Amino acid sequence: MADALRFRNDDPIEEPAVSLDAFLDQDGASAVRIEAGDDPRRLIPHLARVKLVEIGIPRFRDGRCFTSARILREAGYEGEIRAEGDVLVDLVAFMRRCGFDSFAPQAGLNRADVDAALSRYANVYQHAADGAVPIWKLRHG
Amino acid sequence: MYKYDQYDQAMVDARVEEFRDQTRRRIAGEMNDDQFKPLRLKNGLYLQLHAYMLRVAIPYGTLNSRQLRKLAEIARKYDRGYGHFTTRQNLQYHWIKLEEAPDILAELATVEMHAIQTSGESIRNISADQYAGAAADEICDPRPWAELLRQATTFHPEFSYLPRKFKIAVISSKEDRAALRWHDCALRIVRNEAGEEGFEVYAGGGMGRTPFIAYKIRDFCPASHIFSYIQAILRVWNLHARRDNIHKQRMKILVHDLGEEEFRRQVEEEFQNFLTLGTDFPQAEYDRIAAYFTPPPFETGLSEDIDRSDSAFALWVDQQVIAHKAPGYAIANISLKPIGGIGGDVTAEQMEVVADLAERYSFDDVRVTHAQNLVLPHVRKADLYAVWQALDEAGLADANLDLVTDVIACPGLDYCTLANARSIPVAQKIQQRFADMDRQLDLGELKIKISGCINACGHHHAGHIGILGVDRKGTENYQLLLGGSGAEDTTQAKITGPGFDEDGVVDAVERAVERYRELRDPGERFLDTYRRVGFDAFKEAIYG
Repeated sequence: MADALRFRNDDPIEEPAVSLDAFLDQDGASAVRIEAGDDPRRLIPHLARVKLVEIGIPRFRDGRCFTSARILREAGYEGEIRAEGDVLVDLVAFMRRCGFDSFAPQAGLNRADVDAALSRYANVYQHAADGAVPIWKLRHG
Repeated sequence: MYKYDQYDQAMVDARVEEFRDQTRRRIAGEMNDDQFKPLRLKNGLYLQLHAYMLRVAIPYGTLNSRQLRKLAEIARKYDRGYGHFTTRQNLQYHWIKLEEAPDILAELATVEMHAIQTSGESIRNISADQYAGAAADEICDPRPWAELLRQATTFHPEFSYLPRKFKIAVISSKEDRAALRWHDCALRIVRNEAGEEGFEVYAGGGMGRTPFIAYKIRDFCPASHIFSYIQAILRVWNLHARRDNIHKQRMKILVHDLGEEEFRRQVEEEFQNFLTLGTDFPQAEYDRIAAYFTPPPFETGLSEDIDRSDSAFALWVDQQVIAHKAPGYAIANISLKPIGGIGGDVTAEQMEVVADLAERYSFDDVRVTHAQNLVLPHVRKADLYAVWQALDEAGLADANLDLVTDVIACPGLDYCTLANARSIPVAQKIQQRFADMDRQLDLGELKIKISGCINACGHHHAGHIGILGVDRKGTENYQLLLGGSGAEDTTQAKITGPGFDEDGVVDAVERAVERYRELRDPGERFLDTYRRVGFDAFKEAIYG
C-alpha cells in the first residue's frame, strides 16, 4: 500500500480484501473486493462489519465502478472505498465524487497530477456521493 | 436563448484547460493514443482518414448569430472554410490539427459553446424539435428541459464511462421532427388529466448494426423527477450491460435481452431509490432557465399576406415555409441540400449570411435540424421575400424540404474511418437524377437516407428509402431499404435484397419511385403507398 493515495485520516486497513463470495461465506472478514460485474447491493446487509471495499477496475473504460461505489455510499457506508487497477489520473475526480477515497493504481499516479485534476473544476452541476454542493444550489441559496 | 452565468462559463473554461493539458501530454508522448482516445472522444475529437474531426455541440439545435459567426470564423481560421451540420444537430469540422484543437475550444468558449460529450461513451448532446418555441402544435417550449438536462448530464460522475453512447431527445408536440424513438432515451412533454406537465418516456431505441425502436417505458413521469428517472435508466444499464463486445453494449441490447417488462421493473425500483436522494433540480432552477426561453416580443396586427408574384419565391414559400404559432410570422427552412452539393455542408460565408438574416429578421435565432438543414424560426411573413432574396444570392434558396433531393447522408468513406462505402456521391447522383422540380413536386414527401456503414449515422433505417453502403469483396456495394420512418409513425426500413453498385442503386431508387407513381392513390406519399400495398410490389419493381 506504499503507493496508494488515500484521502482519509484513519489508519490504512492492512487486512487483505477477500472476494465478495468469500466475504459473504464468513463472519470474520472486514475487507472485501468487488469485481466489475459483482452486484454491490449484496454487500449492503453486511456493511456494519466492513472497513474496506476494494473495487477492481479491469480497464479504465469500464465505468461500473462508479455506480458500485455510489450505491455503497447511498446505503450509508462510511468506510474506505479503494479503486484498484487501471486507474488513470483523468478518472480520479469522478471517482472521488462517487465515493472512492483511496486509490491503488497499477501504473502509479503522480500526486501533483492528481491534485491538479481534483482542483480543475471549481463546481459541479449535480449531486453525487461527495457532498459537493451543486451549482443550482449555489444559484438559489 | 439560454445565457451562461459565471458557473457555466467557468465550467467550459476549465474544460478548455483540461483538454489543453491532455493534448499536451499526448503530444509530449506521456500518453499513447489508446489512452488519449477516450479522453479526446469525450470532447468530440475523432481521428479520421485525413485529419482530426472536431464535433461541436449545438445544444438542442439552437444558435444565435454571434455563435454562428464564430463557427464561420473557426471554419476559416482552422479548417478549410466550411463546416458540416450533422444528423444530431451538431457541427463538424473535418480538417483539424490536433495541436490547434485546444485553441478552437477556447474560441468556442468565448461564445458559450463547447464540444463536451459530443462523442465517446457518454451522455451526448441533447437534441430537440428544431421548431421549439415556434411550432403551432407544441404544448410548451421543450428547450428549458433540454438545457436543464444538459447541465444535469454534463460531467456526471457516475455516467461518464458508460458501456456505449447515450442519446437523449426532447420534444413537446405530437408531430415528431426529432426522430424521437430512434434515441436511447426519448422524452415527449405531455399533460396529464390534472393538467400537470410531465414526460412520456421511451427507452432503448437506436440505429447502428442492430436497430431498435424505443418502447414506451413510462406513460407519465412528473416533470420535477425526470432527472431521477433518467439516472435510474442509466444506472440499470451501466450495471448490467454487457462489457465484452462493443457491438452489444448499447442500451437497446440490454432492453432486448432483459425484455421490456423486466427492464421497466428494474428502472422503477432504481427510480424509487433516486427519489430518496434528492438529486432532482428544484422548480426555481427550472424557472430560472425557462426565463431565457420566454417568447420573443412578437409584433401584433401584422399582415398575413405574402406577395407571391415572383414564382420562384412562391415555390420556395410553398416548400420551405411552415406555420408559426404567432399571427403574421412564419418558420423559414433553409435547405443545405443544393443539387450536386454535399448535404449539410455550409461555407463560412454562408454561415455569415444566415447569421445576418437571423439577427435582422428572426430575433437572433437559428436552428439546426436532424435532417441537416437550418431554420429561421421567427420570420415576419412580410419579410420572407427579403430573406429569400438574400438566401438566393448565397446559394441557399433551394426549395426541396422533405422532397426526394433533401437527402440525408453521412460523410461516408470520403472522410470517415468507420465507413465501408462513400455516401456523398450516391446522394449527389440521386439528386441529379431527380433534379427536375416538377418531378420532385409530383413525388411529394420522400425521405431518402444514406449511411456509408452499418453504424447508420445517415439514418438509413429511418428512410422512406434507405441506402446502406457495404464493402463487398473490396468494392463498394449499396443495399436498398424501404419503408422506414423517423417521424411519429416510426418504423424500421426493410432490406429489399441483393445490393447494387453506385449507379445501380440510383436506378433501383428510380424503379421504386416509378412503382409508387403507378400504384399511388390520390394524396398518398411514397411511404403511405408502400405501407398499403406492401413490400413485394416494390421488390418486384426493383429486381424484376
